[in-house]
Amino acid sequence: MTALPPRISDWFASNGWAPHPHQLQMLERAAEEATLLIAPTGGGKTLAGFLPSLAELAEGTHKGLHTLYISPLKALAADIRRNLRRPVEEIGLPIRIEDRTGDTPAAARKRQRADPPHILLTTPESLALLTSYEDAPRIFAGLSRVVVDEIHALNESKRGDQLMLALSRLQALAPGLRRVGLSATVEDPQALARKLAPHPAPCAVIEADPGPLPDIAMLPTAAAPPWAGGGTTHAIPEVLEEVRRHRTTLIFHNTRAQAEIFFHSLWLANDESLPIAIHHGSLAREQRAKVEAAMVAGELRAIVCTGTLDLGIDWGDVDLIIQIGGPKNIKRLVQRIGRANHRYNAPSKARLVPANRFEVLECRAALEAAAEHDLDGEPTGPGPRDVLCQHILIRACAGPFDDTELYREVKTVGAYGGLSRAAFDDCLDFCATGGYALRAYDRWQKLMQREGLWCLRDPRAAQRIRMNIGTIQDSELLKVRMRGRGGKPLGEVEEAFAATLTDGDTFLIGGEIVRYEGLKEMTVQVSRSAAKTPRIAVFGGTKFAASTRLTERILQLIHGDWQSLPPDIRDWLALQREVSHLPRGDRLLIESFPHDSRCHTCLYGFAGRNAQQTLGLLVTRRMEELGLDPLGFVATDYATLIWGLEPVDDPSPLLGPEVLRDVLESWLARNAVMKRTFRASATIAGLIERNLPQNRKSGRQATFSSDILYDTLLKYDPEHLLMRITREEAMKGLVDFGRVEEMLARVAGRIDHVRLDRVTPMAAPLLLEVGKVPVAGKGRERLAEEEAAALMAKAGVRS
Amino acid sequence: MNAHAFTLAGCALEARSSGALWIPSERLLCVSDLHLGKSERMARRGGALLPPYETEETLARLEAEISALLPRVVVCLGDSFDDPGAAFAMPEVVRMRLQAIQAGRRWVWIEGNHDPGPMELGGAHLAELSVGGLVFRHIAAAPSATGEVSGHYHPKHRLPRSGTSRPAFLYDETRLILPAFGAYTGGLRSDTPVLRNLFAPRAFAVLTGPRALAVPLG
Repeated sequence: MTALPPRISDWFASNGWAPHPHQLQMLERAAEEATLLIAPTGGGKTLAGFLPSLAELAEGTHKGLHTLYISPLKALAADIRRNLRRPVEEIGLPIRIEDRTGDTPAAARKRQRADPPHILLTTPESLALLTSYEDAPRIFAGLSRVVVDEIHALNESKRGDQLMLALSRLQALAPGLRRVGLSATVEDPQALARKLAPHPAPCAVIEADPGPLPDIAMLPTAAAPPWAGGGTTHAIPEVLEEVRRHRTTLIFHNTRAQAEIFFHSLWLANDESLPIAIHHGSLAREQRAKVEAAMVAGELRAIVCTGTLDLGIDWGDVDLIIQIGGPKNIKRLVQRIGRANHRYNAPSKARLVPANRFEVLECRAALEAAAEHDLDGEPTGPGPRDVLCQHILIRACAGPFDDTELYREVKTVGAYGGLSRAAFDDCLDFCATGGYALRAYDRWQKLMQREGLWCLRDPRAAQRIRMNIGTIQDSELLKVRMRGRGGKPLGEVEEAFAATLTDGDTFLIGGEIVRYEGLKEMTVQVSRSAAKTPRIAVFGGTKFAASTRLTERILQLIHGDWQSLPPDIRDWLALQREVSHLPRGDRLLIESFPHDSRCHTCLYGFAGRNAQQTLGLLVTRRMEELGLDPLGFVATDYATLIWGLEPVDDPSPLLGPEVLRDVLESWLARNAVMKRTFRASATIAGLIERNLPQNRKSGRQATFSSDILYDTLLKYDPEHLLMRITREEAMKGLVDFGRVEEMLARVAGRIDHVRLDRVTPMAAPLLLEVGKVPVAGKGRERLAEEEAAALMAKAGVRS
Repeated sequence: MNAHAFTLAGCALEARSSGALWIPSERLLCVSDLHLGKSERMARRGGALLPPYETEETLARLEAEISALLPRVVVCLGDSFDDPGAAFAMPEVVRMRLQAIQAGRRWVWIEGNHDPGPMELGGAHLAELSVGGLVFRHIAAAPSATGEVSGHYHPKHRLPRSGTSRPAFLYDETRLILPAFGAYTGGLRSDTPVLRNLFAPRAFAVLTGPRALAVPLG
């Protein structure tokens, strides 16, 4: 066991503190290969992770890098550095602490490689980049501990898989390496522990006292939530009142656009000029840093934010969390609530504000689940192979490697524990040759073998590989700046959104309404605008699917006791029951009605957004076959709304499980979701390069679209590795076909088809939903022809 | 009819939904920017290893047009090859497919910025070609020309209401720009100034795809 050096225990004592039991346990287990600590926020989790490092470094004998701290967020790394420096300086420990993220200046990063600090705080992407350097063996030679913070957040994404692959590399470079994972509440700590430890080694789990139950409830509002949409302006007075009554309030939103709109309305109502700021991932780094600094200094009463503040940044005095919109996932709600009140042993306090009526049901269901500690978790599958392809390329950048050795290393990552040699060789072959049958001419080799070792054929390729490290899929973003030389940077918008702007259009960013002035050198130029009602900036942002647990609970709620629901929701449900039916878990409700000169059909499957989206794709494809000319659809967690040119009179031929199975394969081949998945995987695997050494090229004109590559591969090489990866990824992620089948099995052909002459109360929200998916087919051709003819007629040309 | 008929400098033309131009009076088929060998060139230069099927794909569509129309003359409007090396590196099987469709007709390679030099393949290699009042060249000549048929820009056009965006022909009374026929080719939006400035206010776009759709360029 590692003892706490007197200097450190004295410091605890002088502050009037005693180490928490779990902090001491971490010290006791400091020598173990892997340890996972589950502790509530405010429980001194981070210090627990670092204590053994501080103890070991206290002597001042260690040379070079000793501990790597990895967090999913750049901001978190900077924040931890500040917090860690305090004890280190106060105790007077001879420890150098630095952070290294995408925001670290190039000069500092270069120096860090030559002369690494004792403790380096970084992100999975920056770590992957570090391992790609030829001097990686020297940088990591003395590495003794790795602390992975918020490991639950990484568990469910490809970033986590990439990180674990990087750790397998570090373990090979520093065999004595010990791993520590830190996490807030999770539903299955053992599963997380298995991921952290080198496969198949055991991993101890330390669970800290979870502290008192949180105080969570809905925020009562005078005005009822609207039928649809994500705006919550109806709750502004109550939210403002809560802000007034608390020291610091975090107001979480699910999307950046919602956060922007809400912040704007909040300011208009903020008569007392309470200091309120906004923080989200699309804002310029300078803007975010300013807000974070003000927050730390205790100058802000509230921050309107998104998931960028989701994770354990130690904001000190937050005493209230307000969650706007449905939490989608019970676990995420519980973790967000943990953000409030960093004092251990005091209950955290959170209020939920549903944005629309469906979300009232969702929030109510989530509250009940949280109270019963009924957390939801979806099992994670085997490690994705596109990430493995990138890992192989990164490995090649660092120098020649032996394939068998690399295979063994990869197998020590839990998610890749079951990877067959053949599957590994497939990925290696893709990296080496592109994986195209019979095309392995010399020039097709990205990697080649020299004296039995694999290496880059062209060493210059290393630069391009490094520029494209990472697994996060951003859509193309454009910077937004105030017009004029050195105009103030405001943030970023998606290119697709920028393309819809014309001179004089106004939109919201950073809480300001700005006027679009034009595009200059890949930057959106704007000026201040006096407009009251802006167009809305469509930032992307992740859309989570509601968990199975949560949708089950919502269905129970609809059919259970309405007493816990607000009166307007009861009225809404009653009206729905009167004009149509209430959806049930054991039957499938389908409504058909005309609206806006299109035929609409709504399917209430309650299968989660991704599965509902898949249902939309499958059913529209079937409609296309039956000549119903579908035009598009939109999916939420609860329902899919389809519109087209012909009415659906009988939905049963659209929905037989065997029918859907049949169309699945042919459908999987060509649709927008598959192409999107392909684009993501092809980018991760290195087929498509997002960043090129020259200046970034503008837009789609620069290159063919990934859709063309997809179509070509489908035609000439459908069994190509990337096509197989795309199918697998689509099936488990965006497509979620398992949940479609589950739903069809649950309803077993019991379909209630209700035909109406107008929109129903439950379908109304879907009409306003964003993320509509167009269906390419005869219907769309019909429309395009009509539009072309109309335009020609208007121009006075007969066509 | 799967083509849009119009006239340029008194000559009757058809913009086909495939992206090829057909001149019935001359039995002339014109395609632009085939970019054959693009994936091979990128691999050769240490770039991405793209699926090497675009040449096959492009030739298959060209063969389909030729067997449907039986042209007397075929004009390839430049950038037929992604670079001169790509023309020389053409695999034997592709060379034979090209020879097969060249047989029995006049074949003209107009030089482009990607393939400026002559090549070993059959057919005439010209900087420009004049036929029946029309002049075929790779890049539109500024400021204006009459009866000019060119490629180079890979134009695409978007229908404002439905949002449909596709490779498109652009034309006015004096000039026509063809979309790219090659498989791995991107497109340049028709409203970018560099393209828009080449045309008179009254101009048209013809979208390719399942049907050829003509609309005012607007």
